[in-house]
Amino acid sequence: MNQAFDIGSFFTATDFFALKPAILLCLFGCGILMMDFLIRDNRFRWLNAMTAVLGELFVGLAVWQHHSDLVGNNIAERTALNGALVVDGFSVFFNAIFVGSTILAIIISAKYLEQEGEHRGEYYALMLFAQAGMSILAAGHELVTLFVGLELMSLSFFVLVGFLRSDKRSNEAAIKYLLLGAFSSGLLAYGFSLFYGMSGSTLLRDVAAAVAERDAGDPMLLLAMITTSVGLLFKISAVPFHMWAPDVYEGAPTPITAYVSVASKAASFALLIRIFLVPLADARDLWIPMLAAVALVTMTLGNIAAITQENMKRLLAYSSISHAGYILLGLVAANETGLKGIFVYLLVYMFMNFGAFALLVMMRREGQAAEDVEDFSGLIHTHPGYAILMLIFLLSLAGIPPTAGFYGKYFIFLALIETGHYVLAVFAALYVAVAAYYYFRIVRVMFLSRDAEPASVVPGWGARVALVASGVFTLWIGLYPEPFIRLAADSILLPLR
Amino acid sequence: MEDHILSIVWLTPLVGMFLLLLIPKEKKQFIRYAANIVGFIGFLVSLPLVFWFDKADGNFQYRERLSWIPSLGVEYHLGIDGISLLLIMLTTVVGFLAILSSWSAIQDRVKEYYAFLLFLQAGMLGVFMALDLFLFYFFWEIMLVPMYFIIGIWGSDRRLYAAIKFFLYTLAGSVLMLLAMLALYFQHHEQFGVYTFALEDLMKTNLPIDLQIWLFWGFFFAFAIKVPMFPFHTWLPDAHTEAPTAGSAILAGILLKMGLYGLVRFSIPLLPEGASAPSTVQVIAALSIIAIIYGALVSLMQKDWKRLVAYSSVSHLGFCTLGLIALNPNGIAGSVLQGINHGISTPLLFLVVGVVYERRHSRLISEYGGLSNRMPVYTVLFAISMLASAGMPGLNGFIGEFAILRGVLEKNVWWAACAVLGIVLGAAYLLWLFQRTMLGPITNTKNEGLKDLSLREICVMVPLILWCFWIGLYPKPYFEILDKPVAKVVERVDPGYFARNGLPNPLENDKQLAELVK
Repeated sequence: MNQAFDIGSFFTATDFFALKPAILLCLFGCGILMMDFLIRDNRFRWLNAMTAVLGELFVGLAVWQHHSDLVGNNIAERTALNGALVVDGFSVFFNAIFVGSTILAIIISAKYLEQEGEHRGEYYALMLFAQAGMSILAAGHELVTLFVGLELMSLSFFVLVGFLRSDKRSNEAAIKYLLLGAFSSGLLAYGFSLFYGMSGSTLLRDVAAAVAERDAGDPMLLLAMITTSVGLLFKISAVPFHMWAPDVYEGAPTPITAYVSVASKAASFALLIRIFLVPLADARDLWIPMLAAVALVTMTLGNIAAITQENMKRLLAYSSISHAGYILLGLVAANETGLKGIFVYLLVYMFMNFGAFALLVMMRREGQAAEDVEDFSGLIHTHPGYAILMLIFLLSLAGIPPTAGFYGKYFIFLALIETGHYVLAVFAALYVAVAAYYYFRIVRVMFLSRDAEPASVVPGWGARVALVASGVFTLWIGLYPEPFIRLAADSILLPLR
Repeated sequence: MEDHILSIVWLTPLVGMFLLLLIPKEKKQFIRYAANIVGFIGFLVSLPLVFWFDKADGNFQYRERLSWIPSLGVEYHLGIDGISLLLIMLTTVVGFLAILSSWSAIQDRVKEYYAFLLFLQAGMLGVFMALDLFLFYFFWEIMLVPMYFIIGIWGSDRRLYAAIKFFLYTLAGSVLMLLAMLALYFQHHEQFGVYTFALEDLMKTNLPIDLQIWLFWGFFFAFAIKVPMFPFHTWLPDAHTEAPTAGSAILAGILLKMGLYGLVRFSIPLLPEGASAPSTVQVIAALSIIAIIYGALVSLMQKDWKRLVAYSSVSHLGFCTLGLIALNPNGIAGSVLQGINHGISTPLLFLVVGVVYERRHSRLISEYGGLSNRMPVYTVLFAISMLASAGMPGLNGFIGEFAILRGVLEKNVWWAACAVLGIVLGAAYLLWLFQRTMLGPITNTKNEGLKDLSLREICVMVPLILWCFWIGLYPKPYFEILDKPVAKVVERVDPGYFARNGLPNPLENDKQLAELVK
C-alpha cells in the first residue's frame, strides 16, 4: 500500500521509444498551432510548413532509430506498452512511407493554400496529427489502440478535406467523408467488439488464438469478420464501399487529395493487413475468396469508371480505386511475395501519385485551380520538362517499365501465379491495358493535341521539389529496384517470414 | 571492345538520343545532320558483329552477363546467335535508312521525332540481344512508347486512333506474356530452388505438357499480336497506314519481326512440347493459312496504296509463321530468312509510297496512273521492290518462300497448296498495283509535274535493293549463319529429327551444344 508511485512501471523507456514518432508529431502539431498565432504577416505563413517539415525530419530520425534498433540488436520486434504497440520491420516501413508522403504533401501545399487564400497553421498541425494516428496504426497490436489511431487519423482528415471553407465542393466532400467515415468506423468498432467477446482480450495475439479455436462456419466469427472487413474496405475505398472516394477526392484541396490517396490508404492497408494476417490468420479460407471477389470488382469498376472522367482529380480517384484492387490481390495471395508486392506497390504508388498531383497542384487557369484533363493540352510545347515528368508518372501508374509502377504489378502477378489464382492474374493483367487507355488520354492531350489553350503552370518551389524528387525515385526504382525490394522483403510481417 | 560490343550497339542510339536532346529545337537542320550521323554510327558499330561472328559456333556469342536485380534473379544478359545477328543487322540498316528518309518528310517537331526514332532503335536492338526473359520484356515494353508517339504525332488523319490501338493491342499481349514468363520462373524455382530468368536455365525446367500448352498460348498472344497473326492483325492496317513513312518502314521492317523472333527464340525452345502438340500446330497453321489468303484478298480490294502494302504484310507474315510451325530446318530457316526479306522489301514499298505521298499528299491508288512517264528511276526501283516482295526468282523473296514451301511440303501437302495460292494472289495484287499506278498514260493532271527521285531518296532505297539482289542471288552465307541456331531449335522441339531423316546433324561435332539442347 505504501509503495511509492513509480511512473516507470506504467511508462517505460521502451514505451517512449516505440511511441516517439507519434509523440514528436503531436508536439510539433501543437507547436505549429501556437506559432501560427505569432505570425502576423500572411507572407510568412510558410514558416508553418517549414516547421512541419522540420518535425518530419525528427520523426524520420526516430523511425530510423527504430530501424537501427531492430537491425543493431538483430531482433525481429520490440514490444511496448504491454503488447499494445510493436515496433517491427512492418511498422518501420509504413512509418517511412508516412514520413515521405507527409513531407511531399506539406511542400506541395504552401503555394496552393496561399493561392486559395486559406493558408493557416491548423492545416499543417492537422496533417501531423493525422500522421500520428497513422503511426499508431502501423505499430498497433491491440484493438483499442488501433481504433484510437484510426480515429485520430480520420478525424484530422475530415477537417482537412473541408479546409477550403469558401468552396462548396470542399464542404460537401467533408460532410460525405464524415458521414461515411463515421459509419464505417462504427462497423469496425462493432467487429472489434465481437472479437473482444470471443477472446476476452483486446490483444491481437489473444484474438488470434480465440479465432483459431472456432470452426470455419462459426456465425460469430463470420459476423465479426464481415463487419470488420466492411469497415476496413470502406477505408481503402474498395468496391462496393468506394462511393465516397471520387467526391472526396474532387472536393478536397488537391494536396490533401494526394495525401488521402497515398498516406491514409497506406495506413488503412497496414491495419487491414494486420487484422487479416494476425487475428484472422486461421480464417483465411473464409476471407481469401471474399477478398478475391472484392479485388476483382474493385479493379473492374475503378478502371472502367476512370475511362470517362473529365476531371483529373476524379480520374485519379478512380485510378486509385483500381490500384487498391491490385494491392488487395497481394493479400489474396497472402504469401511472402504477395506482401512484398503490397509494400513495393505502396512505396512506388507514393512517388508516382504524388508526382502526378504535384503537377496538378501547379496548374491554374484564370486564377482558379485547373483540374480538367483538357487543361493539360499541349503541355509539351509550353513546359516540356513537366510534360515528360508527367509521362513518367503516368507510365508508372499504368505499370509499364522502365518505371517504378511495373515492380508493384510484377510482385502481385507473381504472387497470384504462385498461389494458383490464374484467372485473377489474367484479369489483373488485362486491366493493365484498360488502365493504359485512360492514362494515355492524358498523354494524348499533353503531347498530341494542339487545339485547346493550355492552362498556365504556376510553380511553387515546394511543388517543384516534390515533382522532381518523385520523378527521380520513379525512374530510379524502375531502373534499379534492388535496394527497395530488399527493404520491402525485410518488412514482411513476422508470421509469414 | 569485343566483350561489350552488344552493349555498345544498343547504347549508341540511346546516347545519340540524349546528345540530340541537348541541341536547341530551333536548329532543325543541325538536328537532322546529327540524327543521321548517329544513325550511321549506329550502323557502323554493328558491322563488327558480322566480321567477328563465328558461323561454326552454334552458341550465343559476344555474351555479356552482369547481375542487375539479384533479389529477383534478373541479369543483364546479352548474347546473339545467327538468328539475332541477321535481325540486328536488319535493324541497324533499316533504322538508319528510316532516319535518312525522314529528312524532308518531317518538318514539325523535328527534335522530338528523331529522339523518339533513336530511342525506338535502342529498344528494338535490345529485344534481339536479350537472353534474360525479364530484360527481354523490359526492352519489349520500352519501345511501345516511342512508337506510340511516332504514330500519334506525325501520322496522318486518323493517327490518334491508330496510335492508341497499336499501343493497347501490344500492351494487352505483352502483359499476358509477362504472366507466362512468371509462371515459368516460378516453376523453375520450384524445381531448382533458384530464381532466374536466364533463357538457358529456364529451358531445363521440366513442365507437364498441359502446362506447356497453356504457357505457350500465354506467350503466343504477345507474339501473335506483334507478328500479327490473323485474327490479331486489326491494329496493323491502321498503324501502318497512319504512321509517317519512316514509322511504317520500321513497323513493318523490324517491329513485326519481333513477334517472329519471340516465337523462335522463346516460345518454341522454352516450351517444345507445347509448340509441337498437334492442337497448337494445327491452330497456328490454320491461322497462318487464313492470314496468307485473307491478307492477299484484302490487299486486292484496297483503294489506299499504303493500306494495300500494310495488308500484304499480314499475308507475308502468314508465310513466316506457317514455315515456323512446320518445325523442320527448312521451314524455320526459311521463315527467319523470309522475315529478313520482308524486313527489306516492305520498307522499300513503304518508302515508294512515301515518295509520292510527300509530293501529292494522297495515298489513293486512283489518284495516280502512268507515273512511269514522269518518274522513270522511281518506276524501276518500285518495280524491283515489288518483284522482290512478290517472290520473283533472282530476288530475295523467292529464296525465303522456296525454303518455307520445302519445309511445309515435308509436313503437309495441303498447307503447301494453300500457301502457293497465296503466292499467286500476292503476285496479282502487287502487279495490279504497279499497273494501275505506273503504267499507261498519265490519268491525273496533277501528276504532270511530279519530280523524279532526288539523290537522297535514291540513296535510301538503293542499299535495300542491293540487299534484295544479294539474298536473291547468293543466299548461301545466310543459310550457313542460320544452320546451327535453327538445328538447335529443331532438335529441341523434335529430338532425333536429323537422324530419322538421314540428314547430317549440324550439332554433331558440338557435344556441349547437343547437351544443352536436351
